Amino acid sequence: MKILQFYIDGFRDMKVGKSLWIIIGIKFVIFFVIMKTLFFPNFMKENFSNDTERANYVLQILTNKEK
Amino acid sequence: MENIALIDWSRAQFALTAIYHWFFVPLTLGLSFIVAIMESIYVKTGNVVWKEITKFWMTLFAINFAIGLATGIIMEFEFGTNWSNYSWIVGDIFGAPLAIEGIMAFFMESTFFAVMFFGWDKVSKEMHLFSTWLVAIGSNLSALWILVANGWMQNPIGMVFNPDTARFEMNSFFDVLFNPNAYSKFLHTIGSGYVMGSLFVVGISAWYLLKNKDVVKAKKSIVVGATFGLITSIFLIFTGDESAHEVALNQPSKLAAMEGLYDGHRDVGIVAIGMLNPEKQIGDKKEPFVFEITVPHALSLLGFHDTDAYVPGINQLIYGDPKEGIEPASDKIEKGKIAISALKEYKEAKKADDNATAQKSLVEFRANEKYFGYGYLKDAKDIIPPVALTFYSFHLMVGLGTWFLALFFFVLYFAMVGKLDKQKLILRLAVLSIPLGYLAGEMGWIVAEVGRQPWAIFEMLPVGMATSQLSVIAVQTTFWLFAVTFTALLIAEIKIMITQIKNGMEEH
Repeated sequence: MKILQFYIDGFRDMKVGKSLWIIIGIKFVIFFVIMKTLFFPNFMKENFSNDTERANYVLQILTNKEK
Repeated sequence: MENIALIDWSRAQFALTAIYHWFFVPLTLGLSFIVAIMESIYVKTGNVVWKEITKFWMTLFAINFAIGLATGIIMEFEFGTNWSNYSWIVGDIFGAPLAIEGIMAFFMESTFFAVMFFGWDKVSKEMHLFSTWLVAIGSNLSALWILVANGWMQNPIGMVFNPDTARFEMNSFFDVLFNPNAYSKFLHTIGSGYVMGSLFVVGISAWYLLKNKDVVKAKKSIVVGATFGLITSIFLIFTGDESAHEVALNQPSKLAAMEGLYDGHRDVGIVAIGMLNPEKQIGDKKEPFVFEITVPHALSLLGFHDTDAYVPGINQLIYGDPKEGIEPASDKIEKGKIAISALKEYKEAKKADDNATAQKSLVEFRANEKYFGYGYLKDAKDIIPPVALTFYSFHLMVGLGTWFLALFFFVLYFAMVGKLDKQKLILRLAVLSIPLGYLAGEMGWIVAEVGRQPWAIFEMLPVGMATSQLSVIAVQTTFWLFAVTFTALLIAEIKIMITQIKNGMEEH
């Protein structure tokens, strides 16, 4: 509980920190909610269901120079 | 057909995010140590002025840290989306260092950062100081793991390519961890961060002196900043020398581009100042420079620690030099194609359950494996990175580094003799040198990364083979999305910083 209070007091007493936390919050929403989910799917996870398929795909790319 | 537009936009996108990320990182690396030194002086002397000084610079450190936080994670998104072939191929190598970095960063940030920022007057002075030092050391160790990964891309060792999984698999963690390229790069990179932190402290303190504001604290800060900057600038020279030595040993094409060296020979000088001939093409007889001032023997000496050492030029690396045992790049391309064909045969034989053919193909693949990446190149000239960008970036970085050393020396000298307030020109130059520090750091990364072209993994995987099959429009969209987001973050950082600086060194 003392540790929790330490963090609560710390955040409460911040001056410039409050605007920084707002920036961090907005940034995290943009990065992790908007960008990651809408624009940055994991190509290998999205397109293949297991590692064997992923390995075969990459081997196909590597051994067939006409990508 | 390789989609050149896709490759170029993917490159541009990664370069953009890396460049923006590097606006935030060096100040974190350098300022964390400077703050720890200032707090150490406070704890040692008990003088509350040092506590106020520490808190002021710690606030600026916090602004930079908070706004830069997670900008690096974007590159990991890009690995998974835009560079999926590359991510798959290197996953086994990068997994360990990046996981250690992630765990370490989380542990440090959630505990010692909190004590550092919230713990004033709540924990003992010694405990607070301990936390501040751990934040500094932890931030720098975080960089170690990233640079171990990057160093491996520049000099891939400690691994074996598994033809069944299409992955480089680590066979020696210690070879990867103690890769000489990674260490020289790590030390040079953190050294550049220390110089950046010093320039920041010296420049802002100089601004206070010019404005005749918070003079006592500014003078104390400037002595710490300039001393740290002078020492770390000298450190930067030695680590830069070691870094260049590693480039000379392992990446001769990068060294040739850094120096605009077309015809190699023994006893090569280094170009101190020069202007490349824009009409010069690889293989022609035109002079490579419009003008140049060369320091005799220096490139052989610095690159190979021998004034008579042979340094191959661009022409030798492309067309070969039998006397020096340099193979023509065209031969390497042919061997690379044999390796690719052998891998294809191996894959097909395994699929057909033909073990005899698979083993024969594997033997052939292993015999030519070190040329594997060359098999994807269309032209021998492709092995040379962009010469002008690499050359000018390298020389600008070195020139600026030299200037910073001189600046720290003069600032410290005048501070020690008590005449710094009167040196208006030096103080103005110190303020102007803050952006130059960022410029030098970015130039360093351009040398490292543009100089590595055409390779994603040096000599093993060209950038063109590392990209995912995405639409160019998708990559262009995210490029502009990043450009807007990161520019907004940078503007926010500068705005908040300026407000804090204008508020003065009181009450932080």
